[in-house]
Amino acid sequence: MTRTARRALGLVSAASLMALTAGGAMAQDKRTIAVSIPAATHGWTGGVVYHAEQAEKEIEAAFPNIDVIVKTSPSATAQVSALEDLSAGQTLDALVILPFTSEELTGPVEQVKSNGTYIAVVDRGLTDPTIQDLYVAGDNIAVGANTAKWMAEKLGGEGKIVVLRGIPTVIDDERIQGFTDVMKDTNIEILDIQYANWNQDEAFSLMQDYLAKYPHIDAVWANDDDMLLGVLEAVKQSGRTEIKYALGGNGMKDVIEMVKANDPVTPISTPYPPSMIKSAIYMTAAQFAGQAPMRGNFKLDAPLITPENADQFYFPDSPF
Amino acid sequence: MTSVTTEIADAPRRIRWADMGPFIALALVVLIGTLINTNFATGTNIANVVTRSAFIAIIAVGATFVISSGCLDLSVGSMMAFVTGVMILTMNRLEPTMGSNAILVGAGFGLIVGALCGLLNGLIVTVGKIEPFIATLGTMGIFRALITWMSDGGSIPIERALRDPYRPVYFGNVLGIPLPVVVTLAVVVVGAFILYRTKYGRRCMAAGSNADVARFSGVSVAKVRTTAFVIQGLCVAIAAICYIPRLGAATPTTGQLWELQVITAVVIGGTLLRGGKGRIWGTVAGALILEVIANLMVLSNMVSEYLVAAVQGVIIILAMLAHRFIK
Repeated sequence: MTRTARRALGLVSAASLMALTAGGAMAQDKRTIAVSIPAATHGWTGGVVYHAEQAEKEIEAAFPNIDVIVKTSPSATAQVSALEDLSAGQTLDALVILPFTSEELTGPVEQVKSNGTYIAVVDRGLTDPTIQDLYVAGDNIAVGANTAKWMAEKLGGEGKIVVLRGIPTVIDDERIQGFTDVMKDTNIEILDIQYANWNQDEAFSLMQDYLAKYPHIDAVWANDDDMLLGVLEAVKQSGRTEIKYALGGNGMKDVIEMVKANDPVTPISTPYPPSMIKSAIYMTAAQFAGQAPMRGNFKLDAPLITPENADQFYFPDSPF
Repeated sequence: MTSVTTEIADAPRRIRWADMGPFIALALVVLIGTLINTNFATGTNIANVVTRSAFIAIIAVGATFVISSGCLDLSVGSMMAFVTGVMILTMNRLEPTMGSNAILVGAGFGLIVGALCGLLNGLIVTVGKIEPFIATLGTMGIFRALITWMSDGGSIPIERALRDPYRPVYFGNVLGIPLPVVVTLAVVVVGAFILYRTKYGRRCMAAGSNADVARFSGVSVAKVRTTAFVIQGLCVAIAAICYIPRLGAATPTTGQLWELQVITAVVIGGTLLRGGKGRIWGTVAGALILEVIANLMVLSNMVSEYLVAAVQGVIIILAMLAHRFIK
């Protein structure tokens, strides 16, 4: 209920912000940055929406000549329509986009670019990389590989582990590939890898089944923190104590809280931060506010989140 | 109509092999499971699987009413997520003043919300005269969007102080039987009584087998169907009450695609999708079959992780075919 109240307040303030910017639009040298992102349908995209809205507020407060418009879309087709709507009504100085799919969005983004708009692409690349001026993305292979390195070292290079994977996509494939490539060079045996669709409930059921199937498991890797929460509940219920580590990935706030509290089973996480959208919006704004040209590819590293650096990755107000 | 009346008269006396279909299928799946994996028949595994199937079974009991009255409800998965979200927010709100009693009040409130959601579906279908498929497709989107909005796309966790007192509702047991299973049994017994032994149950079948004939015989089809949707809503809320303590949170992916599992369980159980015939115990067998198959897919190493869904599909179709041939 308090959330609802906060939401309502947010709407009111958003409306007043819009009124303000409408007044300010008269001023000369007004720059417009459009941000097109997926709608909040699960934890991670919820985080993306949160960080994009934060960036909008902060940048508009800091640089009155920059107007940021955030549009969310529930599907790839809806995102294409959103791009058309955005560029039809006004001239866009820049577009920051997290594309739903690479193939479907490449053409429409190229259209926007032909009007001279600066293009920043986040997370998923377009099929034609020459379209983008700026590319900001996380490193899914590193998410898997860094977790695997840490786990292998802690287990002393041997043991039996089980893995839960997400929804069949490139993101999931890369994480699993990064993880299994590292594990190949150790004596650690991966007993099983199955899909749990980045879903807490399915992860809970799958972990129960893993526990029934294997009498001894040294560690678990769920390639996403949402699934990790389901795994931990199943382990807790089973009363099994031999599981030394249960790790996730993505840097969900509930899991970062566990890291900060020096949890023995989940002492680390690996970021694939939704805040990358915010980094991209700031980089884009930099060239309109202070003429700091930005071009190129930026691959965010996936350093381990430990109790020491956890504060940097902790956003208590974010939904993720 | 005649077929309905004769069935009710004969059912308790003779063993009808066609009606035994879902139970034979369940026995077969369990037998195969025991043969291919030694871990399958262990007490813990069986308890896990049966407890897990409770949610689908409880919701499917409600769906048996809706479907046998000649309607369909696609919104149950989203409704489940929405009711869960509302209940958690209510409990969190009341916790500072009421302590653990907040769980009871929250659960009661959840039942009211569930019934109202069902009533909404029912009224759109009966008063609005809109095809149930389309009406509930609409409310499915509405409930899903509401839970996403309430959670900002993230999750709505229950207060830490409420976790421990609430936990036994999923993880506890009565005389060794897990509590969600006890709840399921209670729901099934009440559901079977209403469907087989009351005037309402017979009207439900009549409305489903031929709405026009039922109307001419003085049955208010609209009232019967609206009530079925309300029963469905209540079942969703009961499932939600058992669901919350498991993971302690509602997210936009809670209950995703459950409507399909529920409808599959009902149909495997012997209820006709076009209405007029309902089998409550068969529905429960259907829910168990689905969960056991999923469990076996993980326990056995025979199937590639990429093909699990395909094998599940084949088994479901085979079960339905076997059902047809036994007849």
